[in-house]
Amino acid sequence: MRAGVVVFPGSNCDRDLARAFRRAGARVEMLWHKEAALPPGLDVIGIPGGFSFGDYLRCGAIAARAPLMRAVAEYAGRGGHVIGICNGFQVMLEAGMLPGALMRNAGLKFVCRTVTLEVATDRGFPGEAYGKGREIRLPVAHHDGSYQADGETLDRLEGEGRVAFRYRGNPNGSARNIAGILSENGRVLGMMPHPERAVDPLQGGTDGAALFAALFAAAAAEPALRPA
Amino acid sequence: MSEPKITEDLIAAHGLNEQEYAEIIRLLNREPTFTELGIFSAMWNEHCSYKSSKKWLRTLPTTGPQVICGPGENAGVVDIGDGQAVVFKMESHNHPSYIEPYQGAATGVGGILRDVFTMGARPVAAMNSLSFGAPEHPKTRQLVHGVVEGIGGYGNCFGVPTVGGEVRFHAAYNGNCLVNAFAAGLADADRIFYSAASGVGMPVVYLGARTGRDGVGGATMASAEFDDSIEEKRPTVQVGDPFTEKRLMEATLELMATGAVISIQDMGAAGLTCSAVEMGDKGGLGVRLDLDAVPVREENMSAYEMMLSESQERMLMVLRPDKEAEARAVFEKWDLDFAIVGETIAEDRFVIMHRGECKADLPLRALSGSAPEYDRPWVETPPAPPLGEVPEVDPIEGLRALLSSPNYASKHWVYEQYDSQVMADTVLTPGRGAGVIRVHGTDKLLAFTADVTPRYVKANPRAGGAQAVAEAFRNLCAVGARPLAATDCLNFGNPEKPEIMGQFVGAIRGIGEACRALDMPIVSGNVSLYNETDGAAILPTPTIGAVGLIERADALIAGNARAGHVALLLGETAGHLGQSALLAEMWGREEGDAPPVDLAAERRNGDFIRANAALIRACTDLSDGGLALAAFEMAEAAGTGVSLDASDVATLFGEDQGRYLIACDFDAAEALMVEAGKAGVALATVGRFGGAHVRFGASAAPLSELGALWRDSLSRRLA
Repeated sequence: MRAGVVVFPGSNCDRDLARAFRRAGARVEMLWHKEAALPPGLDVIGIPGGFSFGDYLRCGAIAARAPLMRAVAEYAGRGGHVIGICNGFQVMLEAGMLPGALMRNAGLKFVCRTVTLEVATDRGFPGEAYGKGREIRLPVAHHDGSYQADGETLDRLEGEGRVAFRYRGNPNGSARNIAGILSENGRVLGMMPHPERAVDPLQGGTDGAALFAALFAAAAAEPALRPA
Repeated sequence: MSEPKITEDLIAAHGLNEQEYAEIIRLLNREPTFTELGIFSAMWNEHCSYKSSKKWLRTLPTTGPQVICGPGENAGVVDIGDGQAVVFKMESHNHPSYIEPYQGAATGVGGILRDVFTMGARPVAAMNSLSFGAPEHPKTRQLVHGVVEGIGGYGNCFGVPTVGGEVRFHAAYNGNCLVNAFAAGLADADRIFYSAASGVGMPVVYLGARTGRDGVGGATMASAEFDDSIEEKRPTVQVGDPFTEKRLMEATLELMATGAVISIQDMGAAGLTCSAVEMGDKGGLGVRLDLDAVPVREENMSAYEMMLSESQERMLMVLRPDKEAEARAVFEKWDLDFAIVGETIAEDRFVIMHRGECKADLPLRALSGSAPEYDRPWVETPPAPPLGEVPEVDPIEGLRALLSSPNYASKHWVYEQYDSQVMADTVLTPGRGAGVIRVHGTDKLLAFTADVTPRYVKANPRAGGAQAVAEAFRNLCAVGARPLAATDCLNFGNPEKPEIMGQFVGAIRGIGEACRALDMPIVSGNVSLYNETDGAAILPTPTIGAVGLIERADALIAGNARAGHVALLLGETAGHLGQSALLAEMWGREEGDAPPVDLAAERRNGDFIRANAALIRACTDLSDGGLALAAFEMAEAAGTGVSLDASDVATLFGEDQGRYLIACDFDAAEALMVEAGKAGVALATVGRFGGAHVRFGASAAPLSELGALWRDSLSRRLA
């Protein structure tokens, strides 16, 4: 399998995500934000955590307009598998790949701790990875992780089984404890917690490993369509 | 632009005294220009020249087979085997943090990270040691919030995990908080970059952010009334931009990999002046700078301002001329400024050109080599009066007094604001004795700790200095690490007062003795003096940052106690209560002598822990708060109760040094006893883990209740 990891100048979890991808058996290419096109033949794209362009104003707002992001959105549009983590999730929302917004944490402080999540869907690769209702432990580390959307959108996400993860003990004030959501086709996942920080026993937990394994399995089973 | 006339007041405003100015006249054989006066003041101030401390710093041990580079460069470099090195340093940013807590602390972190990646190392761990005034002091809350957010704001965005540190509160810091920032990086041992320039006619290149007026006179205060070129009084605190720093790091490491870099120096205190002089001086060369080429973000900056600006996220490099195009491409990729601003010259001169005029022409070597050095008068700190009677108390009440103080409460409110896991190599997050990370791509681990007990240092500088090193040593041993080396961040009051200088001299002696005995050479550090307000000094605070190596991940000691485990105490207990946490928190008494430090016992006991790591399930060192606090913390981490046999204050709250609390099962405890007999160390069973209570003799309280108190005491007072 071939995976690409998007790199903005302020990405700082790009290496971590690349390592988690490799651990799951993928060959990884780093994708520089200034490129307008993707290398052909990618099976998975990851948008990593960090502070894409400093994020002094609205997290991910500048990154969402990077040339590469147009290509990533187009890739998702033809059924490609994409995972966005933390800042990557923020960038996805700013780019319109998923609905809603991530606001400043309710406590107004950066929060770094390991939290318990409930897997809230049986759809897509998160559902495959864990099964609905399972509890997993993953670290969070963010200042702007409070997921918000209008009631109608939240109802739709829940109704369509697109809420992938919910917090047990909400660390940031997210609406309906939402920690991660899926696209309509279930192949694009945005989430605030960091599965790439939980793939190795030395990190204190391995609950993230199953997500990457399921991601590559799903991408192999249902590859993206070729570009038109 | 005309420069102000040199007057007595102007000289004084630059922090230069009469003799120092006379020395400048002697060196130049003429009066300096205004720009030259600024340059001298920048090079000769306490912060840059170490003029009060140099004599004593020289007495510290700085070498050893593990040391690749000791003090004098941007950071120390220590061998960790397999051709790899750890590069680290700790530095203070005290005064700026008190004036503007967020930016002061943020740029402190930025400065120390720059020191590390300037050497060619990617930063992999950060720590900080923070000292604030009394929790109830009106300024404390705002300082705590600002400093902690500033540290997090910078480090989190840059992308370095903050894995440890310390936070204390004491009224002596009401007027001067301390912000000591530590950073460590990894590099190949044969790919370390130094500041010494080499080769004549080589391009001097300016990299990174643009130069503004921020921080002009940060290292020396220039008075506006004599200086019409600084129309506006800018804050002397710099503003940090971690996003630029992150790009500067990536670009610098990428550039280093091309082989283009001959020498490199970050622009820290006294910016362009200090960095250019350093590179020339170390390389035995002169430097000519053309300020018209310096990238600026403000109009009409004078030579004086450009030479003294402390704008952040800037670097100076000497490059191989044939690699210029390659170097420029790297910096353009990262959207950073790249400008050739001068060249190295053969003569011993520091020449500053601006708008066709020569603004300074100084003997370069003399700027650093002839910096004044003082042998300040000092008096030995008198022995502390003996400790008066200490009443017996219910030991659980004693523990409650500690747990309800922000000094001994959980610091999670602080460290959860720091990303402790970015880079995905963190093995032990903050909240334990030492932070631990994996050396990327290997089975080796590195442990980090920062320690000092200022009350001890005040009562007995020599014992207190040694204790800071010994505690750092223990924190490393307690996770199974072999202590490698240390960095010191020496925070004191006004060195012109003989009693303060006496504290400094005493502490340095103690640090030196302990570093020698424990084989932890000092490889880098910094001195922060004049931490005084209205004549009242801080507690003497020589923070020791230390690094240890765990050769294989399975030698890590990081388990938790379990119900049924035996509690073993390693080391001798005499019941020393002088300057103890219990005295201070229970009765507000800061009395008696610091606990004595037996360096041979420290070494023996630390070696014992490491040699028997496989038998030890959980381990913590005993420091302030003694056995009672250590047992509580181990129980709380494990979520199981603990019962200790002892109930007397001296045994439970004494702060004798060289001790560890160990948890393990009965069989392992027996095996440890046998090993202890062979090694000649004191090891005794003091209780056991289990149940839902913390019990000292006949006195007990539910762990859940004490745990809640411990978790909330700091945030309740300060959040």
